[in-house]
Amino acid sequence: MTGFLVRRVGQIIPTLLILSLLVFGLQQLMPGDPALILAGEERGDPQVLAQIRAELMLDRPLWEQYLHWLSRVVVGDFGFSWRIRLPVSELILEKLPVTFQLATMSFVIGVVIGVPCGVLSAVWKDRPADWAINAVALFGISTPNFWLGIMLILLFSVQLGWLPPSGYVPPWEDPWQSLATTIMPAFVLGTGVASVLMRHTRAAMLGALSQDYVRTARAKGLSERVVVAKHALRNALIPVVTLGTIEFGRLLAGAVLTEQIFTIPGFGKLIVDAVFNRDYPVVQGVVLATALIFVLLSLLADLLYAAVNPRLRAA
Amino acid sequence: MSAFTRGGAAGAPPAIGGESPGRRALRQFMAHRLAMAGLVVVAIFVLAALLAPWLAPYDPLETSWSRLRQAPSWAHPFGTDENGRDVLSRVLWGARASLMAGVVAVGGAALMGVPLGLLAGLAGGWVDAVISRVADAMLSVPSLILAIALAAFLGPALENAMLAIAIAAAPVFARLARGMALEARSTDWFESARALGNPPWRNALLHVLPNIAPPLLVQATLAIAEAIIAEAALSFLGLGQQPPAPSWGSMLNSAQRFIESAPWLAIFPGLAIFVVVLAFNLVGDGLRDALDPRTKR
Repeated sequence: MTGFLVRRVGQIIPTLLILSLLVFGLQQLMPGDPALILAGEERGDPQVLAQIRAELMLDRPLWEQYLHWLSRVVVGDFGFSWRIRLPVSELILEKLPVTFQLATMSFVIGVVIGVPCGVLSAVWKDRPADWAINAVALFGISTPNFWLGIMLILLFSVQLGWLPPSGYVPPWEDPWQSLATTIMPAFVLGTGVASVLMRHTRAAMLGALSQDYVRTARAKGLSERVVVAKHALRNALIPVVTLGTIEFGRLLAGAVLTEQIFTIPGFGKLIVDAVFNRDYPVVQGVVLATALIFVLLSLLADLLYAAVNPRLRAA
Repeated sequence: MSAFTRGGAAGAPPAIGGESPGRRALRQFMAHRLAMAGLVVVAIFVLAALLAPWLAPYDPLETSWSRLRQAPSWAHPFGTDENGRDVLSRVLWGARASLMAGVVAVGGAALMGVPLGLLAGLAGGWVDAVISRVADAMLSVPSLILAIALAAFLGPALENAMLAIAIAAAPVFARLARGMALEARSTDWFESARALGNPPWRNALLHVLPNIAPPLLVQATLAIAEAIIAEAALSFLGLGQQPPAPSWGSMLNSAQRFIESAPWLAIFPGLAIFVVVLAFNLVGDGLRDALDPRTKR
């Protein structure tokens, strides 16, 4: 297990290094001089421009800029927001819990809907219930989540007046209000997760149900319920668990537009606001942080997989 | 899963006493009713986009102060927007931006990803290591966030949005092509083609590419669905098609402000995205069922 862990972590480091190069390289795509953007009203003053260039090391060769930037990123210093002059890492850490709450709720919704539907759809393969579940999953995958969000606001906030259309209340201030403000966005994100998990659960269950040990269990005279729940499902869930971990990471991306629509001050809204404000260090910081979370989640997924599947550890 | 079972490959033996793999795939696809329905819907949208200047009842940019935010009626089946423009005409013209973005972005992604993936798979060694690590690094950022970041740095424009989506989608194609190239490299027919003294690029072009075409086609179809959503998302954020040019994403963005007084503004562009994405997904699923030799019927 230790060897596996060391090898797996060893793979992450080059990935992250290349990623840092790419994120740093984003700056070079930018049309125009960042110093001019930063200087704002004082853009005519060559002294101010020179000062900004020196501060951002824009007057140095690229490789030097990169190494300097990397040496700070490694210790968690993502630089300063151009717009609000706060450390980027502070902004990210401040917004992350909000998105984490949203992602957790969406994930729970996705698992609670997706996994049972996948199991039922596999058990009832090629019957009307299977078709219906598949159709709903296809709809879920094809619906742009920002449109679904607007439609839910239209129905539940504008027409029925049951839920607030936007805003956010932290759970420790008012749990009920917090739930009311996050349930719609969580549902929007959760349907996407549910559709993906349903398809994978169905495929994994169909695979498991055709295995010899299931035939043996049936031949022993076990009831179909026991066969499905105890024998097939347990094995089918192994790939689903790891996939679920990855899906959790993808919720961060989904949260971008959903948070924008429901004006939830999370991670996604941070990058959108940064894009609007041309606050490039924040954009870079969010991309790096997302990648880091994603890489750590896939590591977790692999470890979970190895933990439940001993064959992999020896390999 | 031997490469021989894939359709229309150079070097594959001719089908003996039966239909060719390509013909069988076509027959299976045609028998797939949902996929055919999806194809019909895609065709309708393509026609709508091409014929928008003749089909649209009004000029999509023509504003009118006398008909601001009118509910759907016979004169304006989808209503009018906050500037008095006809929503149906804008949805029809918007199909151009969305479909073009989907096709161009995926074409670009395939043009970038496939050659690099083939190179990685066929060359191996450090070339493979570098290309694979870069693909891994890019895949570790969810593609929408990567596209948003790229579009933000490139500047807001439809062309930049398409480029950003293409770059963000390229690693998936690279990984697919690399996997297929590795598989092809281990087959006897590839070995014999090499033994005949064909140069490596010729082997890649004539022997590997035709064999990996079916899975690439499936991937490309499903990727178009994703690219259309991504373009709508970028335009929704103001990073794609610039106003007043119509695009479904930017229409949804401005519709948000009038959700109480003019809900039709949000319903129709979103419905258009949903229907066309659903259609591409149906076609993609149908192609996968028809082209994957593992799901013979």
